[in-house]
Amino acid sequence: MATIGLKVNGRDHVVDVEPRTLLVELLREHLRLTGTHVGCDTSQCGACTVWVDGKSVKSCTMLAVEAEGRAVTSIEGLATNGELHPMQAAFHTCHGLQCGFCTPGMVMSATELVTRNPNPSEEEVRHGLEGNLCRCTGYHNIVRAVLTAAETLRGGAQ
Amino acid sequence: MSAGQGMGASVARKEDRRFLLGKGRYTDDIVLPNQSYAVFVRSPHAHAAIRSIDASQALALPGVLAVLTGEDVAADGLGGIPCGWTITSKDGSKMVAPPHPSLVHKTARHVGDPVAMVIAETKAQAKDAAQLVEVDYDPLPAVAHLNAAVAEGAPAVWAEAPGNVCFDWHIGDAAATEAQFAGADRIVALDLTNNRIAPNAIEPRAANGHYDDVEDRWTLYTTTQNPHLTRLLLGAFTLKVPEHKLRVVAPDVGGGFGSKIFHYAEELLVLWASKRVGRPVKWTSSRSEAFLSDAHGRDHVTHAELAVSNDGKFRGLRVRTLANMGAYLSTFAPAIPTYLHATLLSGPYVIPAIYAEVKAIFTHTVPVDAVRGAGRPEATYLLERLVDQAARELGIDRVEIRRKNLIQPDQFPYQTPVALQYDIGDYPATLDMALQAIQHDKLEERKAASKQRGKLRGFGISTYIEACGIAPSALVGSLGAGAGLYEAATVRVHPTGSVSVFTGTHSHGQGHETTFAQLVNERLGIPIENVEIVHGDTDRIPFGMGTYGSRSAAVGGSAIYKAIDKIVDKGKKIAAHLLEASVADVEFADGKYRVVGTDREKTFAEIAFTAYVPHNYPIETVEPGLEDSAFYDPKNFTFPGGCHCVEVEVDPETGVVQVTDVAIADDVGVVINPMIVDGQAHGGLAQGIGQALYEECVYDSEGQLLSGSFMGYTMPRAADLPSFKVGNHVTACTHNPVGIKGVGEVGAIGVPPAVINAVIDALAPLGVTHIDMPATPEKVWRAIRAAGGVQ
Repeated sequence: MATIGLKVNGRDHVVDVEPRTLLVELLREHLRLTGTHVGCDTSQCGACTVWVDGKSVKSCTMLAVEAEGRAVTSIEGLATNGELHPMQAAFHTCHGLQCGFCTPGMVMSATELVTRNPNPSEEEVRHGLEGNLCRCTGYHNIVRAVLTAAETLRGGAQ
Repeated sequence: MSAGQGMGASVARKEDRRFLLGKGRYTDDIVLPNQSYAVFVRSPHAHAAIRSIDASQALALPGVLAVLTGEDVAADGLGGIPCGWTITSKDGSKMVAPPHPSLVHKTARHVGDPVAMVIAETKAQAKDAAQLVEVDYDPLPAVAHLNAAVAEGAPAVWAEAPGNVCFDWHIGDAAATEAQFAGADRIVALDLTNNRIAPNAIEPRAANGHYDDVEDRWTLYTTTQNPHLTRLLLGAFTLKVPEHKLRVVAPDVGGGFGSKIFHYAEELLVLWASKRVGRPVKWTSSRSEAFLSDAHGRDHVTHAELAVSNDGKFRGLRVRTLANMGAYLSTFAPAIPTYLHATLLSGPYVIPAIYAEVKAIFTHTVPVDAVRGAGRPEATYLLERLVDQAARELGIDRVEIRRKNLIQPDQFPYQTPVALQYDIGDYPATLDMALQAIQHDKLEERKAASKQRGKLRGFGISTYIEACGIAPSALVGSLGAGAGLYEAATVRVHPTGSVSVFTGTHSHGQGHETTFAQLVNERLGIPIENVEIVHGDTDRIPFGMGTYGSRSAAVGGSAIYKAIDKIVDKGKKIAAHLLEASVADVEFADGKYRVVGTDREKTFAEIAFTAYVPHNYPIETVEPGLEDSAFYDPKNFTFPGGCHCVEVEVDPETGVVQVTDVAIADDVGVVINPMIVDGQAHGGLAQGIGQALYEECVYDSEGQLLSGSFMGYTMPRAADLPSFKVGNHVTACTHNPVGIKGVGEVGAIGVPPAVINAVIDALAPLGVTHIDMPATPEKVWRAIRAAGGVQ
C-alpha cells in the first residue's frame, strides 16, 4: 500500500492505495465519485476523462500514485453550488447527451478544449473531441453544445 | 399552465441534470454492503474440450471466496440460457436449439465462452485469482466464417446440427417469383456480405446479484433493456425461483442498442453465486470482455437477384442468405434474419413477387442477435444495393428508378408479398425532401469542386422502410415467439394532482422521463415537472416487455394513453357529481372538466383531490382514488420509412472515404419531442455510417477475434462524421392511439447502403462497381487498383 495526498474537487484527501491502483479507481472506488466512468480498457473511449492540474487526462491511464500532490477535478467538481457550468448547461439545452455514460468525460474534455481555444470552429471541435467516444448522439448535438458553450463563455469574459 | 410542453414541443430533458452533474446511477456505481466481486475465466480457444480445471492456486490467494465451474452449475441444477424464438424450417422441422449452459462444462465453443467464475472480496483479488485458475484445454478444429461453416467437412459446432445448419427457412411464393424472373428483361445479381458488428454501448454490461437469506429473496441490478423479461427468464428457466422472490432493477443504463435486451449468463451467475458465498456479487465487463460476450449483430452472406423490365420496373426479387448465429442461440437470434429481415424485402417498393431463403448457421463465434435495426438493415442494404445496380445496368438515373417503383400514397394499406401489410406512408414526399435538403441539383458542381482538390465525390441514396412498434402478440406467437409483445402502464394520480407513470419500457438514453411526461401533459394538462416516470424496477413497474425495436413510444406510449383514457373517464363521473350534471354533458379539455356549453368547471387537481378525499362523492357508483392501468397490444407493426442521401469524398491515393454530407427525411409518425427524435436519428446515422465505413468484428479462420478492443475495432469519432440534416414528414400511424411509428433505428437501417452507393458512385469513373462494408481505406484502395483505375 502507498499513502498519497491529493486535492480532488478542491478538497484535500489522504488515501491508501495499492501501487497498481488507477486514478479512476481511486475516484470511483475509494472516494465514491462515480461520475467518472470506465468504458474501455485501452484508453480509447475517454469516458474517464478528468482534469489533473487543469489538463484533461484519461484517468484509466494514470496511476493513482502519480496524482500525489496534484489537483484533480472530476465532473462532480464542475458545477458551482449546484449551478451548471455553461458547458453542462449547453449540453442540456442542445440535447448533447442521451444515455449519459460518456457525458462526464465528454464535458470535461470539451470544457478544457474551449479553455485552450475559446473560439473553435466546428472542425476544431470535432478534432478536439477525438479522444472521446459517444455511441448515442452521433456527435451532432455535442458539437453544437460545445460551440454554444464557447460562445457563452466568450460573452461572459467580455 | 402547461403551454409548450405537450406533443411536438422540443423541451429539454428532465433526466439530463443528474447525468451532467456526474450523479447518474449506473449498475457499476452500486456497491452493496459486504459487496464481493466476480471475474470470469473465459476460453481462449474457439473450440476446445475442457479436460480439467484446477482452482487450488486461485483459492489459496487472500480474499478469494469461491471458484465456481460448470460442474457446480450442473450440480445445482441451474437452467441453460433459453432462446425465446423458435423457427420452423421449410421441411416442417423445428430449428436445432442446442443447450446453452451459463458456465461451460466439457466443451468451449467460442473464444470468450465462460469456463469458471472467481469471486473475491475485491475486484483486484478476483482478477489475480482468475489468472491462477488452470484450465487444461484440448483444442479442437473450429470454424468462424459462414462459407467455411457450410463447406463439406467443416468442423461441427453441434453434433445435432449436421452441416452446422440451425434452420433452413423460406418465405414468399417461389413459383410466382420464378414466373416473374422468366418473363423479365434483365436479372440483376449481387453477392453481398453484411459485416458483423459489435453493439458497443459505452457502458459495458454489469450485474450485481444479492440473495437475502432472511427474506429468501433475490435482487439483481443489471444493465438490461427489459427488466421484466430478465426476471421472467430467471424465474422460469435459469435460476428457477418464483417471480415474487425475484427483483430485477435496471437503474441508469448507458446505452443498449439491442445488446442489453437479452438474458445473459452473468446475470444468473451473480445471483446464484451470491447465495453460494453469502454476499452480494458484482461483475462488471471490461471492454475486451464485452467484445467476447455481448451478442454481436448482422453477419450475413447473401446472393440476391432483382428481375427488372427495361423500363426499370421491378418484377421479382430472389434472395438466398446465410445468417451466422454464432455458437449458441441468443434470446431473439432466430427471429432476426427471418421475420425481421426477409419480411422487409419489399422495402418501399411495389415488387410483384418475392422469394427468400434463409439458412441459419452455427459457427464457433460469439452469438449473434439484435443490434440496432436487427434484420431490417440487412434487408435494406441488399435491396438498395440491387436497386443501384439495376439503375446502372439499365442506364436509368438512380433517383428515377426509385421514384418509378415506390408504393404511392394512394396504395395504402399495401400488402407485400412477404407477409407485412403497410398501413400508411408517403415515400415520394420523403424522397423529394431529402433530395432538396442535400441540394441534389447542385451535385455536379460539387463533384467538379472535389475533383479540383484531387478527390472523387460520390452521391448515394437509399429509400427504405422498416417495421417497428414490436409487436402484435398473436402474430409473433404464430411466428414462433415465446412471449407476447404488448406493453403495460400504470398511471397514478396523487391527491394533489401530480402524477406518477409506471411503464414496462426502459429508457437507456431515449429520454422517456421527458417524452412520456409530455404525453401526460398533452392529455391532462399537468406540467411535466409534476409528472414522474418510473421504469426499470420490477418491484415498482407493471409486467412489460421493455425497450427495443423502436417500440417504447408506439407501444408503451399507447399503453399510457389507454390508462389516461380510463383516468379521464373516471374523472368525468366525479366531475359530473360535483357539477351536478350528467356524465354525458361533461367534457375534459385543457386540464379542466366543464359542463358543455357553460362556464361551470373543475380543475383536474380538484377532481384528483376529491377522489382521494371523498367527502362529497358518488361513493355508491365510483370507487375512491385515481389510478389505473392498461395493457396495449399493437394491432400491426408500425412502418417508419424515408429517404437517406449521402455524399462522400474519396481520396484515390489513400482510399480514405470521408462522409461530407448527410441529409435524411424520415416519416416516423407523430413526433412527441422533435429535438429528441432528431437526436435518435443522429445516433442511428452514426452507427449506420460506422457499419458502412469502419466497424467489423473480424475473426480469423481459427475463430480468434482480431478486433477485440477499441484498438482494433474502429468506432466512429466526431471528426469522422459531418453534421446531419434531418427532416421529418409525418403520416400518422393509423392503428395506435398516439399515431407514433418509432425512430430509434431509422438511421442504422437507412444509411449504410446510401454510404456504399455513394462510395461506388465516387469510384464508378475508375471502373469500380462493387465494394463490401466496411469500406475501409485498404478495401477502397485495393478496389481502385483492381479496377485499374489508378496505377
